[in-house]
Amino acid sequence: MKVLVPVKRVLDYNLKVRVKPDQSGVDLSNLKMSMNPFDEIAVEEAVRMKEGGGGHAAGAASEVIAVSIGPQQAQETIRTALAMGADRGILVQVDGDVEPLAVAKILKAICDAEQPGLVILGKQAIDDDSNQTGQMLAALLDWPQATFASKIALSDGKAAVTREVDGGLQTLSVALPAIVTTDLRLNEPRYASLPNIMKAKKKPIDMKTAADYGVDVAPRLQVVKVAEPAKRQGGAKVKTVQELVEKLKNEAGVL
Amino acid sequence: MTLTVELSDAQAAIKDAIEKICAQFDDPYWRKVDDTGDFPNAFVDAIAAGGWLGVAMPEEFGGAGLGLTEAALMMQTVAQSGAGFSGASAIHLNIFGLMPVVKFGTPEQKKRFLPRIISGEDKSCFAVTEPNSGLDTASLQTRAERTNAGYRITGRKIWTTNAQRADKILIIARTTPKDQCRKPTDGLSLFYTDFDRSKIEAQPIPKMGRKAVECNTLFIDGLDVPRDDLIGEEGQGFRILLTGLNPERVLIGAEAVGLGRAALARAAQYAKEREVFGRPIGQNQGVAHPLARAWAELEAANLLAFKAAALFDAGKECGAEANAAKYLGGEAGFNACEAAVMAHGGMGYAKEYYVERYFREAMIARIVPVSREMILNFIAERVLGLPKSY
Repeated sequence: MKVLVPVKRVLDYNLKVRVKPDQSGVDLSNLKMSMNPFDEIAVEEAVRMKEGGGGHAAGAASEVIAVSIGPQQAQETIRTALAMGADRGILVQVDGDVEPLAVAKILKAICDAEQPGLVILGKQAIDDDSNQTGQMLAALLDWPQATFASKIALSDGKAAVTREVDGGLQTLSVALPAIVTTDLRLNEPRYASLPNIMKAKKKPIDMKTAADYGVDVAPRLQVVKVAEPAKRQGGAKVKTVQELVEKLKNEAGVL
Repeated sequence: MTLTVELSDAQAAIKDAIEKICAQFDDPYWRKVDDTGDFPNAFVDAIAAGGWLGVAMPEEFGGAGLGLTEAALMMQTVAQSGAGFSGASAIHLNIFGLMPVVKFGTPEQKKRFLPRIISGEDKSCFAVTEPNSGLDTASLQTRAERTNAGYRITGRKIWTTNAQRADKILIIARTTPKDQCRKPTDGLSLFYTDFDRSKIEAQPIPKMGRKAVECNTLFIDGLDVPRDDLIGEEGQGFRILLTGLNPERVLIGAEAVGLGRAALARAAQYAKEREVFGRPIGQNQGVAHPLARAWAELEAANLLAFKAAALFDAGKECGAEANAAKYLGGEAGFNACEAAVMAHGGMGYAKEYYVERYFREAMIARIVPVSREMILNFIAERVLGLPKSY
């Protein structure tokens, strides 16, 4: 079974995001870019399916393919996935913003060509927090989906996926091929070791364009304004319970 | 060779991966081992587990076969993480210390020694400096006498890092008395052998900083060394040793820059946040300029370190650059650490703000592996063609 893992190049999660002065978007110039953390979890799970571990038998996945849709530099993100243990990469080079639907369409075309048994995606990217691509891809392919996975157990052409939902855990059984999106607690991604970084340099990355898949990536949405959240106001100290009740009643209006 | 200022993708991946490992070992961790003197085992294990000790070792023995550039980048990233020399010195020897074996060892020796040093199974130490000879290596007094099975070594060494934990020792000793040699640097031989604690007594030297990685005085009394543990030809030890010196200088220079950057980052953060007289202290040029100057010095030192590394990797002569990079790195690192302590004011003297530890560690790169003065002598003599002064 091939496993396809889409990976996105995003602003490193350690960095503080700055909005451009003209409010047209987030300032990305000269900042460190890394793999979306949820995608790292997806790569880790796929690699465990291949190597064994995390409840998966070795060989459950025969091949792990990392796909990125983005600028030329997204190659680095694919190399990171290859250093973690993915076998080969596909870079669909697109400059500028690509909306989730366009990404899902490209991924569908790749799925048609590659015929994976499973696609594992991060539940969302930490830059735009859309949380849409996995779901859209499932709809386009007409495959079952299990989102926000905290556990995946494969058996007999099926995947039992534990999902983190409000109020507890839900376990779904989906027939393969299927779409799974990862939540934070699915696994703890490994650090790439030096020998694996060296091996990753020799693994192939196919260079493609959106046109190769016949997908029009022109944006359908227009960003009107990006602004920083309002600064939090400092709290106030009260001396007595009476004062607290008073404030809750008259200032906060919650009583 | 092109001199590039940008990291390649592979180099960026190395830096990134090392940063991730180091992120698990934060300043409180290093402060603690600096207090207790416990060796940073967890850190070294994490580095070894990722295969990083073999960064510059040949691929056929389990290394990555990368160059000095990548090794320097790795070590700088370690120091820059806040690990400083407590972290860098804990693994420094594994990175380039065994270059003499790589370059001059027999196939059998390489197979016997290198995989175990790359995996971290073997911990080695380096015994060159002696109390009575210092930088005048040709005058060292430790002697290796021939025996039927090989050699027997007797003498004293000083400033041997890691000897409390080492199971291997790279040691240079005189095999032919100086007065019977054509040149004073002849007649020295290099050995890589078992650290036999029944024959070597290692006494830690109480010192200023980097308590977690100890330095020792060694008293060696009749250490038997099998003939198979002689590296290269007998009498050629000094020349063999020289092959590892330039890389070591580059590494120390790069590590010092990393330490300086760690200090500078803390100082800049503090200067931004600390408010006195109603504004951040960093708004005062008296605070800002020393930090800005430290940045400029660090970047300049860094460029020379990586130029020296590039020359070395291209197989070219890099003695002057490597020495100057160690000199500039040591000074720039120290100046940055000093500026960082001063920017913190009283808090700079408190352990809680970490820069005082950086400051103490910054002295290391000014002193080892060779003094500023000897570097300047070298440049005066070899680059400028001035007469030798000593």
